[in-house]
Amino acid sequence: MKTMINVALPKGRLGEKVYAMFEKAGYECPSIKEVNRKLIFENEAAGVRYFWVKPSDVAIYVERGAADIGVAGKDILLEYSPDVYELLDLNLGKCRMAVAAKKDFRDNTENTLRVATKFTNIAKDYYSKKGRDIDIIKLNGSIEIAPILGLSDVIVDIVETGKTLLENDLEPKETIVPISARLIANKSSFQFKTEQIENIKNGLKAQVKTDD
Amino acid sequence: MFSTNLLKNEEKAVFALRSLYQKYGYTPYKMSKFEEYDLYVRNKDFLVSDSVITFTGMNGKLLALKPDVTLSIVKNTKDIPDSVQKVYYNENVYRVSKSTRDFKEIMQTGLECIGNIDDYNIYEVLLLAAKSLEAISESFVLDLSHLGIVSAVIESIGCDRETGRAILACIGEKNQSGIEKICADKGINAVACEKLISLVGTYGKIEKVLPELHKICDTDELKSALNRFESICSLLVSGGLQDKINIDFSIATDMRYYNGVVFQGFVENVPTGVLSGGQYDNLMKKMGRKSGAIGFAVYLDTLERLNLTTKKYDVDTVLLYDESCLSEDIAKAVNTLAADGKSVMAQRNVPESIKYRQLLKLGDKGVEVLENND
Repeated sequence: MKTMINVALPKGRLGEKVYAMFEKAGYECPSIKEVNRKLIFENEAAGVRYFWVKPSDVAIYVERGAADIGVAGKDILLEYSPDVYELLDLNLGKCRMAVAAKKDFRDNTENTLRVATKFTNIAKDYYSKKGRDIDIIKLNGSIEIAPILGLSDVIVDIVETGKTLLENDLEPKETIVPISARLIANKSSFQFKTEQIENIKNGLKAQVKTDD
Repeated sequence: MFSTNLLKNEEKAVFALRSLYQKYGYTPYKMSKFEEYDLYVRNKDFLVSDSVITFTGMNGKLLALKPDVTLSIVKNTKDIPDSVQKVYYNENVYRVSKSTRDFKEIMQTGLECIGNIDDYNIYEVLLLAAKSLEAISESFVLDLSHLGIVSAVIESIGCDRETGRAILACIGEKNQSGIEKICADKGINAVACEKLISLVGTYGKIEKVLPELHKICDTDELKSALNRFESICSLLVSGGLQDKINIDFSIATDMRYYNGVVFQGFVENVPTGVLSGGQYDNLMKKMGRKSGAIGFAVYLDTLERLNLTTKKYDVDTVLLYDESCLSEDIAKAVNTLAADGKSVMAQRNVPESIKYRQLLKLGDKGVEVLENND
Protein backbone atom coordinates (compact mmCIF):
# COMPACT_ATOMS: atom_id res chain seq x y z
CA MET A 1 0.00 0.00 0.00
CA LYS A 2 1.27 3.45 -0.88
CA THR A 3 2.23 5.65 2.06
CA MET A 4 -0.30 8.44 2.30
CA ILE A 5 0.71 11.99 3.13
CA ASN A 6 -1.90 13.89 5.13
CA VAL A 7 -2.00 17.55 4.15
CA ALA A 8 -3.77 20.23 6.21
CA LEU A 9 -4.83 23.10 3.97
CA PRO A 10 -6.12 26.44 5.24
CA LYS A 11 -9.78 27.02 4.30
CA GLY A 12 -10.36 30.00 2.06
CA ARG A 13 -8.74 31.78 -0.86
CA LEU A 14 -5.17 31.10 0.26
CA GLY A 15 -5.93 27.38 0.63
CA GLU A 16 -7.32 27.24 -2.89
CA LYS A 17 -4.18 28.85 -4.30
CA VAL A 18 -2.04 26.43 -2.30
CA TYR A 19 -4.04 23.44 -3.55
CA ALA A 20 -3.50 24.65 -7.13
CA MET A 21 0.25 24.48 -6.46
CA PHE A 22 -0.05 20.93 -5.09
CA GLU A 23 -2.11 19.98 -8.13
CA LYS A 24 0.48 21.39 -10.50
CA ALA A 25 3.19 19.52 -8.62
CA GLY A 26 1.40 16.23 -9.44
CA TYR A 27 -0.65 15.78 -6.29
CA GLU A 28 -4.09 16.38 -7.74
CA CYS A 29 -7.30 15.28 -6.05
CA PRO A 30 -10.23 16.10 -8.38
CA SER A 31 -12.90 15.42 -5.73
CA ILE A 32 -11.70 18.49 -3.82
CA LYS A 33 -13.29 20.72 -6.44
CA GLU A 34 -16.76 19.22 -6.03
CA VAL A 35 -19.16 21.59 -4.34
CA ASN A 36 -20.19 19.92 -1.09
CA ARG A 37 -19.50 20.06 2.62
CA LYS A 38 -16.89 17.34 2.72
CA LEU A 39 -13.70 18.25 4.56
CA ILE A 40 -11.45 15.31 3.68
CA PHE A 41 -10.37 14.36 0.14
CA GLU A 42 -8.12 11.54 -0.91
CA ASN A 43 -6.24 10.43 -3.98
CA GLU A 44 -4.71 7.08 -3.16
CA ALA A 45 -2.84 6.83 -6.45
CA ALA A 46 -1.07 10.14 -5.81
CA GLY A 47 -0.57 9.20 -2.14
CA VAL A 48 -2.20 12.34 -0.72
CA ARG A 49 -5.10 13.07 1.59
CA TYR A 50 -6.14 16.69 1.94
CA PHE A 51 -8.29 18.27 4.60
CA TRP A 52 -9.53 21.80 5.00
CA VAL A 53 -9.11 23.31 8.44
CA LYS A 54 -9.32 26.78 9.92
CA PRO A 55 -6.09 28.60 8.93
CA SER A 56 -5.09 29.21 12.54
CA ASP A 57 -5.51 25.47 13.31
CA VAL A 58 -3.20 24.12 10.57
CA ALA A 59 -0.14 24.28 12.83
CA ILE A 60 -1.96 22.35 15.58
CA TYR A 61 -2.89 19.52 13.17
CA VAL A 62 0.70 19.32 11.98
CA GLU A 63 2.38 19.62 15.38
CA ARG A 64 0.21 16.85 16.78
CA GLY A 65 0.75 14.59 13.78
CA ALA A 66 -2.87 14.49 12.49
CA ALA A 67 -1.38 16.03 9.36
CA ASP A 68 2.11 15.22 8.11
CA ILE A 69 2.44 18.56 6.40
CA GLY A 70 0.38 21.73 6.07
CA VAL A 71 0.41 25.32 4.99
CA ALA A 72 0.26 28.00 7.66
CA GLY A 73 0.87 31.74 7.79
CA LYS A 74 4.09 32.97 9.35
CA ASP A 75 1.91 35.01 11.75
CA ILE A 76 0.51 31.79 13.26
CA LEU A 77 3.97 30.21 13.45
CA LEU A 78 5.37 33.26 15.26
CA GLU A 79 2.41 33.53 17.61
CA TYR A 80 2.15 29.89 18.68
CA SER A 81 5.74 28.64 18.08
CA PRO A 82 4.64 25.11 17.16
CA ASP A 83 7.41 22.48 17.23
CA VAL A 84 7.44 21.82 13.48
CA TYR A 85 9.80 22.09 10.52
CA GLU A 86 9.32 25.13 8.32
CA LEU A 87 10.33 23.73 4.97
CA LEU A 88 9.42 26.37 2.43
CA ASP A 89 8.28 29.96 2.04
CA LEU A 90 5.52 29.76 -0.58
CA ASN A 91 5.62 33.52 -1.11
CA LEU A 92 1.80 33.49 -1.13
CA GLY A 93 -0.68 35.32 1.08
CA LYS A 94 1.84 38.10 1.54
CA CYS A 95 1.15 40.80 4.10
CA ARG A 96 2.90 42.21 7.15
CA MET A 97 2.46 42.27 10.89
CA ALA A 98 2.39 45.94 11.79
CA VAL A 99 1.77 48.44 14.53
CA ALA A 100 -1.05 50.80 13.55
CA ALA A 101 -2.57 53.79 15.28
CA LYS A 102 -4.64 56.90 14.66
CA LYS A 103 -3.00 59.18 12.14
CA ASP A 104 -2.27 61.83 14.77
CA PHE A 105 -0.89 59.30 17.32
CA ARG A 106 2.35 60.25 19.07
CA ASP A 107 3.91 57.67 21.39
CA ASN A 108 4.13 59.23 24.82
CA THR A 109 6.95 57.20 26.36
CA GLU A 110 6.09 58.47 29.85
CA ASN A 111 3.09 56.15 29.93
CA THR A 112 2.55 52.44 29.49
CA LEU A 113 1.58 51.80 25.87
CA ARG A 114 -1.80 50.10 25.53
CA VAL A 115 -1.67 47.54 22.70
CA ALA A 116 -4.78 45.80 21.37
CA THR A 117 -4.12 42.63 19.38
CA LYS A 118 -5.01 39.05 18.55
CA PHE A 119 -1.28 38.29 18.42
CA THR A 120 -0.28 38.76 22.04
CA ASN A 121 2.99 36.83 21.86
CA ILE A 122 4.22 38.66 18.77
CA ALA A 123 3.32 42.02 20.35
CA LYS A 124 4.97 41.15 23.69
CA ASP A 125 8.11 39.94 21.97
CA TYR A 126 8.35 43.03 19.74
CA TYR A 127 7.97 45.53 22.56
CA SER A 128 10.15 43.61 25.03
CA LYS A 129 13.01 43.80 22.49
CA LYS A 130 12.46 47.56 22.39
CA GLY A 131 12.31 47.70 26.19
CA ARG A 132 8.91 49.42 26.02
CA ASP A 133 6.45 48.89 28.88
CA ILE A 134 3.10 47.79 27.45
CA ASP A 135 -0.34 46.70 28.51
CA ILE A 136 -1.73 43.97 26.25
CA ILE A 137 -5.44 43.98 25.45
CA LYS A 138 -6.32 40.67 23.84
CA LEU A 139 -9.13 41.02 21.31
CA ASN A 140 -10.50 38.40 18.94
CA GLY A 141 -11.71 40.60 16.09
CA SER A 142 -12.49 44.16 14.93
CA ILE A 143 -9.14 45.24 16.36
CA GLU A 144 -9.29 48.53 14.43
CA ILE A 145 -12.05 49.81 16.72
CA ALA A 146 -9.81 49.75 19.81
CA PRO A 147 -7.83 52.98 19.21
CA ILE A 148 -10.91 54.80 17.90
CA LEU A 149 -12.82 54.11 21.10
CA GLY A 150 -9.80 54.85 23.26
CA LEU A 151 -9.50 51.23 24.38
CA SER A 152 -5.88 51.14 23.22
CA ASP A 153 -3.18 53.49 21.94
CA VAL A 154 -2.06 51.21 19.12
CA ILE A 155 -2.96 47.89 17.56
CA VAL A 156 -0.74 45.06 16.36
CA ASP A 157 -2.37 43.33 13.45
CA ILE A 158 -1.96 41.96 9.95
CA VAL A 159 -1.91 44.64 7.28
CA GLU A 160 -2.46 43.59 3.69
CA THR A 161 -3.34 46.70 1.70
CA GLY A 162 -3.96 49.08 4.59
CA LYS A 163 -7.44 49.86 3.23
CA THR A 164 -9.34 48.80 6.37
CA LEU A 165 -7.00 50.91 8.47
CA LEU A 166 -7.46 53.91 6.20
CA GLU A 167 -11.24 53.62 6.26
CA ASN A 168 -11.07 53.72 10.04
CA ASP A 169 -8.77 56.73 10.10
CA LEU A 170 -5.80 54.65 11.16
CA GLU A 171 -2.44 54.12 9.52
CA PRO A 172 0.43 51.64 9.84
CA LYS A 173 3.25 53.10 11.92
CA GLU A 174 5.88 50.33 12.11
CA THR A 175 6.35 46.99 10.38
CA ILE A 176 7.11 44.16 12.81
CA VAL A 177 7.65 41.32 10.36
CA PRO A 178 6.66 40.39 6.79
CA ILE A 179 4.20 37.50 6.60
CA SER A 180 3.66 34.81 3.98
CA ALA A 181 2.42 31.22 3.78
CA ARG A 182 4.86 28.46 4.78
CA LEU A 183 4.99 24.74 4.15
CA ILE A 184 5.38 23.08 7.53
CA ALA A 185 5.98 19.44 8.49
CA ASN A 186 5.56 17.32 11.58
CA LYS A 187 9.03 16.46 12.90
CA SER A 188 8.27 12.79 13.44
CA SER A 189 6.41 12.29 10.14
CA PHE A 190 9.36 13.87 8.35
CA GLN A 191 11.63 11.08 9.67
CA PHE A 192 9.46 8.30 8.28
CA LYS A 193 8.12 9.93 5.11
CA THR A 194 11.21 11.94 4.18
CA GLU A 195 11.24 11.17 0.48
CA GLN A 196 7.54 11.84 -0.10
CA ILE A 197 7.65 15.11 1.84
CA GLU A 198 10.82 16.22 0.04
CA ASN A 199 9.22 15.44 -3.33
CA ILE A 200 6.20 17.58 -2.46
CA LYS A 201 8.47 20.35 -1.20
CA ASN A 202 10.53 20.31 -4.40
CA GLY A 203 7.37 20.25 -6.55
CA LEU A 204 6.09 23.34 -4.76
CA LYS A 205 9.47 25.07 -4.66
CA ALA A 206 9.66 24.95 -8.45
CA GLN A 207 6.49 27.07 -8.57
CA VAL A 208 7.38 29.65 -5.92
CA LYS A 209 7.41 33.08 -7.47
CA THR A 210 10.23 35.32 -6.32
CA ASP A 211 9.70 39.03 -5.72
CA ASP A 212 12.16 40.21 -8.30
CA MET B 1 1.74 -15.29 36.27
CA PHE B 2 0.14 -12.30 34.63
CA SER B 3 -0.09 -11.65 30.91
CA THR B 4 2.11 -8.85 29.52
CA ASN B 5 -0.92 -7.87 27.42
CA LEU B 6 -2.26 -6.27 30.58
CA LEU B 7 0.62 -3.81 30.60
CA LYS B 8 0.38 -0.42 28.98
CA ASN B 9 3.03 0.63 26.44
CA GLU B 10 4.88 2.77 28.95
CA GLU B 11 4.87 0.00 31.56
CA LYS B 12 6.23 -2.53 29.06
CA ALA B 13 8.91 0.00 28.09
CA VAL B 14 9.96 0.50 31.71
CA PHE B 15 10.61 -3.23 32.12
CA ALA B 16 12.36 -3.60 28.79
CA LEU B 17 14.58 -0.56 29.30
CA ARG B 18 15.48 -1.45 32.88
CA SER B 19 16.67 -4.85 31.74
CA LEU B 20 18.53 -3.30 28.77
CA TYR B 21 20.42 -0.75 30.87
CA GLN B 22 21.34 -3.30 33.53
CA LYS B 23 22.71 -5.58 30.81
CA TYR B 24 25.24 -2.89 29.92
CA GLY B 25 26.31 -2.37 33.53
CA TYR B 26 24.22 0.69 34.36
CA THR B 27 23.09 0.73 37.96
CA PRO B 28 19.72 2.03 39.16
CA TYR B 29 19.71 5.50 40.64
CA LYS B 30 16.85 6.22 43.01
CA MET B 31 16.53 9.75 44.23
CA SER B 32 14.34 11.75 46.50
CA LYS B 33 11.17 13.22 45.06
CA PHE B 34 12.22 16.70 46.15
CA GLU B 35 15.23 18.83 45.43
CA GLU B 36 16.34 22.23 46.70
CA TYR B 37 14.78 24.90 44.48
CA ASP B 38 18.10 26.72 44.32
CA LEU B 39 19.51 24.01 42.00
CA TYR B 40 16.89 24.81 39.37
CA VAL B 41 17.13 28.57 39.73
CA ARG B 42 20.85 28.40 38.97
CA ASN B 43 20.26 26.25 35.89
CA LYS B 44 16.86 27.48 34.77
CA ASP B 45 17.64 27.44 31.05
CA PHE B 46 18.60 23.76 31.20
CA LEU B 47 15.01 22.85 32.11
CA VAL B 48 12.46 21.97 29.44
CA SER B 49 9.94 24.25 31.15
CA ASP B 50 11.03 26.90 33.61
CA SER B 51 8.06 26.61 35.98
CA VAL B 52 8.65 24.48 39.06
CA ILE B 53 6.28 23.38 41.85
CA THR B 54 7.79 24.67 45.08
CA PHE B 55 7.02 24.33 48.76
CA THR B 56 8.77 25.07 52.04
CA GLY B 57 10.44 22.07 53.71
CA MET B 58 10.41 21.41 57.48
CA ASN B 59 13.75 23.20 57.88
CA GLY B 60 12.45 26.31 56.12
CA LYS B 61 14.30 25.62 52.87
CA LEU B 62 12.47 26.13 49.60
CA LEU B 63 12.08 22.74 47.93
CA ALA B 64 10.82 21.74 44.51
CA LEU B 65 9.12 18.70 43.03
CA LYS B 66 11.68 17.51 40.50
CA PRO B 67 11.17 19.01 37.01
CA ASP B 68 14.31 17.24 35.78
CA VAL B 69 16.46 14.27 36.74
CA THR B 70 19.83 15.03 35.13
CA LEU B 71 20.58 18.04 37.36
CA SER B 72 19.99 15.97 40.52
CA ILE B 73 22.22 13.15 39.28
CA VAL B 74 25.00 15.57 38.35
CA LYS B 75 24.70 17.27 41.73
CA ASN B 76 24.83 13.98 43.63
CA THR B 77 27.71 12.30 41.82
CA LYS B 78 31.37 13.08 42.44
CA ASP B 79 34.29 13.53 40.08
CA ILE B 80 36.33 10.33 40.25
CA PRO B 81 39.52 10.62 38.14
CA ASP B 82 39.82 8.15 35.24
CA SER B 83 36.51 6.57 36.01
CA VAL B 84 33.03 6.60 34.50
CA GLN B 85 29.84 6.31 36.52
CA LYS B 86 26.96 4.69 34.69
CA VAL B 87 23.48 5.06 36.13
CA TYR B 88 19.91 4.73 34.94
CA TYR B 89 16.71 6.03 36.46
CA ASN B 90 12.97 5.76 36.23
CA GLU B 91 11.33 8.76 37.84
CA ASN B 92 8.31 11.01 37.67
CA VAL B 93 9.04 14.63 36.86
CA TYR B 94 6.70 17.60 37.08
CA ARG B 95 6.59 20.02 34.18
CA VAL B 96 4.23 22.50 32.63
CA SER B 97 2.44 21.06 29.63
CA LYS B 98 2.54 23.36 26.61
CA SER B 99 -1.04 22.57 25.69
CA THR B 100 -2.79 22.89 29.07
CA ARG B 101 -0.38 25.44 30.58
CA ASP B 102 -0.60 23.47 33.80
CA PHE B 103 1.64 21.07 35.67
CA LYS B 104 1.73 17.48 34.54
CA GLU B 105 3.34 14.39 36.03
CA ILE B 106 5.56 12.77 33.41
CA MET B 107 7.13 9.35 33.71
CA GLN B 108 10.66 9.47 32.44
CA THR B 109 13.38 6.89 32.19
CA GLY B 110 16.91 7.38 31.02
CA LEU B 111 20.57 7.04 31.74
CA GLU B 112 23.60 9.16 32.45
CA CYS B 113 27.25 8.36 31.88
CA ILE B 114 29.46 10.71 33.90
CA GLY B 115 33.24 10.88 34.14
CA ASN B 116 36.14 10.61 31.76
CA ILE B 117 34.01 10.17 28.62
CA ASP B 118 35.75 8.60 25.62
CA ASP B 119 34.52 7.62 22.15
CA TYR B 120 33.47 4.18 23.38
CA ASN B 121 31.24 5.73 26.07
CA ILE B 122 29.59 7.96 23.45
CA TYR B 123 29.08 4.98 21.17
CA GLU B 124 27.63 2.90 24.01
CA VAL B 125 25.12 5.61 24.95
CA LEU B 126 24.07 5.97 21.30
CA LEU B 127 23.76 2.20 21.01
CA LEU B 128 21.55 2.11 24.10
CA ALA B 129 19.48 5.01 22.75
CA ALA B 130 18.92 3.04 19.53
CA LYS B 131 18.13 -0.14 21.46
CA SER B 132 15.73 1.80 23.71
CA LEU B 133 13.82 2.96 20.64
CA GLU B 134 13.86 -0.56 19.23
CA ALA B 135 12.36 -1.84 22.49
CA ILE B 136 9.46 0.57 21.96
CA SER B 137 8.84 0.06 18.24
CA GLU B 138 10.41 -1.72 15.29
CA SER B 139 10.02 1.40 13.22
CA PHE B 140 12.31 4.03 14.73
CA VAL B 141 14.87 6.64 13.74
CA LEU B 142 17.67 8.12 15.82
CA ASP B 143 18.69 11.58 14.60
CA LEU B 144 22.26 12.52 15.37
CA SER B 145 23.91 15.93 15.32
CA HIS B 146 27.21 17.39 16.47
CA LEU B 147 27.06 20.79 18.11
CA GLY B 148 30.81 21.25 17.54
CA ILE B 149 30.07 21.39 13.82
CA VAL B 150 26.94 23.56 14.16
CA SER B 151 28.63 26.09 16.44
CA ALA B 152 31.81 26.21 14.30
CA VAL B 153 29.73 26.90 11.17
CA ILE B 154 27.89 29.74 12.93
CA GLU B 155 31.14 31.13 14.40
CA SER B 156 32.84 31.03 11.01
CA ILE B 157 30.31 33.62 9.81
CA GLY B 158 31.43 36.06 12.47
CA CYS B 159 27.95 37.33 13.35
CA ASP B 160 26.76 38.78 16.66
CA ARG B 161 25.23 36.58 19.37
CA GLU B 162 21.61 37.51 18.65
CA THR B 163 21.99 36.75 14.94
CA GLY B 164 23.68 33.46 15.87
CA ARG B 165 20.69 32.53 18.02
CA ALA B 166 18.26 33.42 15.22
CA ILE B 167 20.28 31.31 12.77
CA LEU B 168 20.31 28.41 15.23
CA ALA B 169 16.50 28.65 15.52
CA CYS B 170 16.22 28.48 11.71
CA ILE B 171 18.54 25.44 11.64
CA GLY B 172 16.19 23.81 14.20
CA GLU B 173 13.24 24.46 11.87
CA LYS B 174 15.04 23.38 8.67
CA ASN B 175 14.10 26.88 7.60
CA GLN B 176 16.28 27.73 4.60
CA SER B 177 14.27 30.81 3.60
CA GLY B 178 14.63 32.11 7.17
CA ILE B 179 18.41 31.78 6.92
CA GLU B 180 18.45 33.53 3.54
CA LYS B 181 16.46 36.41 5.03
CA ILE B 182 18.74 36.76 8.06
CA CYS B 183 21.82 36.71 5.80
CA ALA B 184 20.29 39.36 3.52
CA ASP B 185 19.26 41.58 6.47
CA LYS B 186 22.61 41.28 8.24
CA GLY B 187 24.78 41.54 5.14
CA ILE B 188 26.27 38.07 5.60
CA ASN B 189 28.20 37.10 2.47
CA ALA B 190 26.83 34.62 -0.06
CA VAL B 191 29.49 31.96 0.64
CA ALA B 192 28.71 31.90 4.38
CA CYS B 193 24.97 31.89 3.64
CA GLU B 194 25.41 28.95 1.27
CA LYS B 195 27.33 27.08 3.97
CA LEU B 196 24.45 27.53 6.43
CA ILE B 197 21.89 26.44 3.86
CA SER B 198 23.96 23.35 3.05
CA LEU B 199 24.08 22.49 6.75
CA VAL B 200 20.27 22.67 6.97
CA GLY B 201 19.79 20.72 3.75
CA THR B 202 22.31 18.02 4.62
CA TYR B 203 20.58 15.18 6.42
CA GLY B 204 20.10 11.47 6.03
CA LYS B 205 22.16 8.31 6.35
CA ILE B 206 25.77 8.52 7.54
CA GLU B 207 27.32 7.40 4.24
CA LYS B 208 25.40 10.05 2.33
CA VAL B 209 25.95 12.96 4.71
CA LEU B 210 29.63 12.63 5.72
CA PRO B 211 30.99 13.34 2.19
CA GLU B 212 28.67 16.38 2.01
CA LEU B 213 30.02 17.64 5.32
CA HIS B 214 33.57 17.62 4.00
CA LYS B 215 32.52 20.31 1.52
CA ILE B 216 31.18 22.52 4.32
CA CYS B 217 33.95 21.95 6.85
CA ASP B 218 36.69 24.18 5.48
CA THR B 219 38.16 25.83 8.59
CA ASP B 220 40.55 24.19 11.08
CA GLU B 221 37.91 24.26 13.80
CA LEU B 222 35.30 22.71 11.53
CA LYS B 223 37.71 20.05 10.30
CA SER B 224 38.59 19.09 13.85
CA ALA B 225 34.88 18.91 14.87
CA LEU B 226 34.13 16.80 11.79
CA ASN B 227 37.05 14.54 12.64
CA ARG B 228 35.61 13.87 16.11
CA PHE B 229 32.17 13.28 14.64
CA GLU B 230 33.52 10.91 11.99
CA SER B 231 35.22 8.72 14.55
CA ILE B 232 31.88 8.31 16.39
CA CYS B 233 30.09 7.64 13.09
CA SER B 234 32.58 4.95 12.09
CA LEU B 235 31.98 3.20 15.43
CA LEU B 236 28.24 3.31 14.76
CA VAL B 237 28.73 1.87 11.27
CA SER B 238 30.94 -0.93 12.55
CA GLY B 239 28.28 -1.62 15.21
CA GLY B 240 25.73 -2.10 12.40
CA LEU B 241 23.62 0.90 13.42
CA GLN B 242 23.89 2.88 10.17
CA ASP B 243 20.42 1.91 8.92
CA LYS B 244 18.63 3.37 11.89
CA ILE B 245 20.69 6.51 12.38
CA ASN B 246 20.21 9.74 10.48
CA ILE B 247 22.56 12.67 10.67
CA ASP B 248 20.38 15.75 11.10
CA PHE B 249 21.61 19.12 12.36
CA SER B 250 18.14 20.39 13.14
CA ILE B 251 18.16 19.00 16.68
CA ALA B 252 17.68 22.21 18.60
CA THR B 253 19.45 22.23 21.94
CA ASP B 254 20.91 24.91 24.14
CA MET B 255 24.64 25.25 23.44
CA ARG B 256 25.20 26.77 26.87
CA TYR B 257 24.68 23.28 28.31
CA TYR B 258 25.23 20.84 25.49
CA ASN B 259 28.25 20.28 23.28
CA GLY B 260 29.50 17.52 20.99
CA VAL B 261 27.06 14.79 20.07
CA VAL B 262 23.32 15.48 20.55
CA PHE B 263 20.52 13.18 19.44
CA GLN B 264 16.78 12.73 19.28
CA GLY B 265 14.74 9.57 18.77
CA PHE B 266 11.43 9.11 16.97
CA VAL B 267 9.14 6.10 16.61
CA GLU B 268 6.54 5.87 13.88
CA ASN B 269 3.04 7.07 14.80
CA VAL B 270 4.18 9.14 17.77
CA PRO B 271 4.06 12.78 16.64
CA THR B 272 6.85 14.05 18.89
CA GLY B 273 10.36 12.90 19.75
CA VAL B 274 10.28 10.12 22.36
CA LEU B 275 13.95 10.26 23.31
CA SER B 276 16.46 13.06 23.54
CA GLY B 277 19.96 13.37 24.82
CA GLY B 278 23.49 14.47 24.28
CA GLN B 279 26.85 15.38 25.74
CA TYR B 280 26.53 18.07 28.40
CA ASP B 281 30.08 18.91 29.40
CA ASN B 282 29.13 22.60 29.44
CA LEU B 283 26.54 21.97 32.15
CA MET B 284 29.12 20.02 34.14
CA LYS B 285 31.57 22.94 33.89
CA LYS B 286 28.84 25.38 34.90
CA MET B 287 28.23 23.25 38.00
CA GLY B 288 31.92 23.33 38.85
CA ARG B 289 32.62 19.79 37.76
CA LYS B 290 35.69 18.44 35.99
CA SER B 291 34.03 15.37 34.49
CA GLY B 292 32.37 15.12 31.13
CA ALA B 293 28.92 13.61 30.72
CA ILE B 294 26.47 12.16 28.22
CA GLY B 295 22.99 10.80 28.72
CA PHE B 296 19.45 10.65 27.45
CA ALA B 297 15.86 10.54 28.60
CA VAL B 298 12.94 8.54 27.22
CA TYR B 299 9.60 10.35 27.55
CA LEU B 300 7.33 7.47 28.44
CA ASP B 301 4.18 9.61 28.49
CA THR B 302 4.46 9.99 24.71
CA LEU B 303 3.91 6.24 24.27
CA GLU B 304 0.41 6.22 25.71
CA ARG B 305 -1.32 6.45 22.34
CA LEU B 306 1.08 4.22 20.39
CA ASN B 307 -0.77 1.31 18.69
CA LEU B 308 -3.80 2.19 20.73
CA THR B 309 -6.61 -0.35 20.39
CA THR B 310 -10.05 0.23 21.78
CA LYS B 311 -11.13 -2.53 24.13
CA LYS B 312 -14.49 -3.95 23.10
CA TYR B 313 -15.43 -4.91 26.66
CA ASP B 314 -14.42 -3.61 30.07
CA VAL B 315 -15.02 -6.98 31.66
CA ASP B 316 -15.86 -10.51 30.47
CA THR B 317 -18.57 -11.20 32.97
CA VAL B 318 -20.82 -9.25 35.28
CA LEU B 319 -22.22 -11.52 37.97
CA LEU B 320 -25.39 -10.20 39.61
CA TYR B 321 -26.42 -11.29 43.08
CA ASP B 322 -29.01 -10.18 45.63
CA GLU B 323 -29.63 -10.23 49.39
CA SER B 324 -30.67 -13.86 49.31
CA CYS B 325 -27.22 -14.98 48.12
CA LEU B 326 -24.67 -16.10 50.68
CA SER B 327 -21.29 -14.39 50.49
CA GLU B 328 -19.64 -17.83 50.35
CA ASP B 329 -21.68 -18.72 47.25
CA ILE B 330 -20.79 -15.43 45.56
CA ALA B 331 -17.09 -15.99 46.29
CA LYS B 332 -17.30 -19.54 44.95
CA ALA B 333 -19.03 -18.43 41.72
CA VAL B 334 -16.51 -15.61 41.17
CA ASN B 335 -13.57 -17.93 41.76
CA THR B 336 -14.95 -20.55 39.37
CA LEU B 337 -15.40 -17.97 36.59
CA ALA B 338 -11.98 -16.40 37.26
CA ALA B 339 -10.38 -19.84 37.20
CA ASP B 340 -11.67 -20.15 33.60
CA GLY B 341 -9.50 -17.15 32.76
CA LYS B 342 -12.39 -14.67 32.67
CA SER B 343 -12.49 -11.27 34.29
CA VAL B 344 -15.47 -11.07 36.66
CA MET B 345 -17.21 -8.15 38.28
CA ALA B 346 -19.66 -9.07 41.04
CA GLN B 347 -22.44 -6.48 41.41
CA ARG B 348 -25.89 -6.12 42.94
CA ASN B 349 -27.18 -4.15 39.93
CA VAL B 350 -26.14 -3.90 36.31
CA PRO B 351 -23.38 -1.23 36.40
CA GLU B 352 -23.84 1.80 34.19
CA SER B 353 -21.23 2.58 31.54
CA ILE B 354 -19.53 -0.82 31.84
CA LYS B 355 -19.45 -2.95 28.70
CA TYR B 356 -19.59 -6.65 29.47
CA ARG B 357 -19.39 -9.75 27.33
CA GLN B 358 -21.83 -11.74 29.43
CA LEU B 359 -24.35 -10.95 32.16
CA LEU B 360 -24.92 -13.71 34.71
CA LYS B 361 -27.16 -13.97 37.73
CA LEU B 362 -26.51 -15.99 40.83
CA GLY B 363 -29.75 -17.54 42.14
CA ASP B 364 -31.06 -20.51 44.09
CA LYS B 365 -30.39 -22.83 41.18
CA GLY B 366 -26.84 -21.58 40.62
CA VAL B 367 -25.63 -19.29 37.87
CA GLU B 368 -27.96 -18.46 34.97
CA VAL B 369 -27.11 -16.51 31.80
CA LEU B 370 -29.16 -13.31 31.35
CA GLU B 371 -27.36 -11.76 28.41
CA ASN B 372 -24.69 -12.73 25.90
CA ASN B 373 -23.10 -9.96 23.86
CA ASP B 374 -20.53 -11.98 21.94
